[in-house]
Amino acid sequence: MTALRTRDDAPAAAGARRRAPVRRGAAWWVPASVAALVVTVLVAVTVGPADLSVADVWRSVATHLGLGGVLGLEPLGALQDGMVWQLRLPRILTAAAVGAGLAVCGVVMQSLTRNPLADPYLLGLSSGASLGAVLVLVAGWTVLLPVAAFGGAVAALVAALALAGAVGTLSPSRTVLAGLAVSQLAAAATSFVIFWSATGDSYREILSWLMGSVAGATWTSVAVAGVATLVLGTLLASTGSVLDAFTFGDTAASALGVDVARVRWSLLVGVALLTGALVSQSGSIGFVGLVLPHAVRLLTGARHRLLLPLSGLLGASFLVWADTLARTVLAPRELPVGIVTAAVGAPVFALLLWRGRRTA
Amino acid sequence: MTDLRTTDATPRDATGPGHTGVPAAGPSGTGGLDASRVSWSVDGRLVLDGVDVTAPPGAVSGLLGPNGSGKSTLLRVLAGVRAPSDDAAGIAFDGTDLRTLGRRRRARVLALVEQDAATDLPLTVLDAVLLGRIPHRSLLGGDSAHDHDVARAALATVGMEAFADRAVATLSGGERQRVHMARALAQEPALILLDEPTNHLDIAAQLDAMRVLRRLADAGVTVLAALHDLTLAAQTCDHVVLLAHGRVVAAGDVADVLVPEVLDPVYGVRTQVLTHPVTGRPVLAFTPRD
Repeated sequence: MTALRTRDDAPAAAGARRRAPVRRGAAWWVPASVAALVVTVLVAVTVGPADLSVADVWRSVATHLGLGGVLGLEPLGALQDGMVWQLRLPRILTAAAVGAGLAVCGVVMQSLTRNPLADPYLLGLSSGASLGAVLVLVAGWTVLLPVAAFGGAVAALVAALALAGAVGTLSPSRTVLAGLAVSQLAAAATSFVIFWSATGDSYREILSWLMGSVAGATWTSVAVAGVATLVLGTLLASTGSVLDAFTFGDTAASALGVDVARVRWSLLVGVALLTGALVSQSGSIGFVGLVLPHAVRLLTGARHRLLLPLSGLLGASFLVWADTLARTVLAPRELPVGIVTAAVGAPVFALLLWRGRRTA
Repeated sequence: MTDLRTTDATPRDATGPGHTGVPAAGPSGTGGLDASRVSWSVDGRLVLDGVDVTAPPGAVSGLLGPNGSGKSTLLRVLAGVRAPSDDAAGIAFDGTDLRTLGRRRRARVLALVEQDAATDLPLTVLDAVLLGRIPHRSLLGGDSAHDHDVARAALATVGMEAFADRAVATLSGGERQRVHMARALAQEPALILLDEPTNHLDIAAQLDAMRVLRRLADAGVTVLAALHDLTLAAQTCDHVVLLAHGRVVAAGDVADVLVPEVLDPVYGVRTQVLTHPVTGRPVLAFTPRD
């Protein structure tokens, strides 16, 4: 044991090795992830049936942004332009916004509940959204789908928090269990509605929505998912210090000066609103919010200041690539992207579990 | 605020008789922790019933009592994690009412080391200790060079500076406990509350932990630690408070409190007080009552 001693001579030594080796070069990770996301979007737009190049994508984007004249670019042909601007770009940008939002929400939920299995849908949000969506799909009011899904998600959250709050303080385990109860109930109701009233045509539509898909994304989807992720996601991603304080639990957080109850309520509501907005556009895409945070932690360690923004950026790229696979791997047929994220996410999760066996 | 880094480099021997010369602030003294009429109840059951507790500055105070006597609860109320159920309660430190301080300011005055605090997250020792800097920095800022210096100094104080880059999950129980202490030290507190810091530790690790507490006290920090092992308390504490059923049964010097007349009714055992052949401090031996 080292005696308590004067450390006035120490700063030089401390400065020499300021960071743990695992985070060497960490300053570059965020800019590198931003660059990766930009390249991902540009390249993903070119992937698919029509023969498009990155330059074509630039031409289309620049033209629509009114920069074509300034840059002296020829407009793209109408067919190709429609492919880029009306079909692929909205879809890809929606996927990016949804992936980023889900990954950030996953980090927040895992930290708040101290549960490595937590994901954005933990509090019944996905089942609630599904119930709302299936009800309007069965009724044939497809236009109302986003509103109904969002309403279902928020209703499920309110029910879960009310249930958890009614039986005592809002502790992590109670919140998780209440979410599970609400989730199961909503899932049962959804199954009943499908079983009772769905007919041939609506089955496929319902199934595709339940699995999660950005196939029908429009610029409206981009606006909803994008604004939600930029506003709420950025707010959530800036809470790193507060989430760090929860590392050793609620009491430790409180002893570090955090108002635990208020922080938990506001972050849960923030996650719910963001997840609700995303689910309303894409259905409930699984595994992104669960696996991405775990994978990024391997890179950044458990502290949130880098983990949150990096999870968001990599989540965006991940979902864009997953969706690109979903629309090309069995072309001309398309898979719901939720199948791809599950097919990729489940083995990755198993791998992480395997890697973590020595410390867990 | 006590600056650990400017302490004189010759701490007194942790176990020798030398540390009886601590500043003796009485129960109504001005320095250190002075809490009065602290009550706390859950579901109508009174867990703490008007507890008065003091911890003199520059001393190691032991909070003793059987299981369920309210030690952990008292520490949590003192730390501001739980609010006392009665507004008559006063929790003062160095004359300041801790209850009127904001959460973050309070976290810069006092630190709490919980029992068995654990995490599944892949956290390095240095990262764990840096968590103690949270009350000192803006919520949006990252770690400053000063934060790192304080964290490394805290690790040095507990003798763990060589472990800075190790994963917390790979440490032994004693090492982990010292990391928690370093995390508390990184808050640069003037008052440190510990809930059974020697729990589940082997004897060498227990002595290490108590030696860290002694060093903190020598540096002027007020230390209050809940302890189960009465002999360990007798060997290392300057001042003890004995709780039973949420009330203070006795408080004061080890020689006055850790005696058969006080302990036997509280614990339901027979106590013999022996004398340690080396330190001259009391060693307690117990037999069943009948």
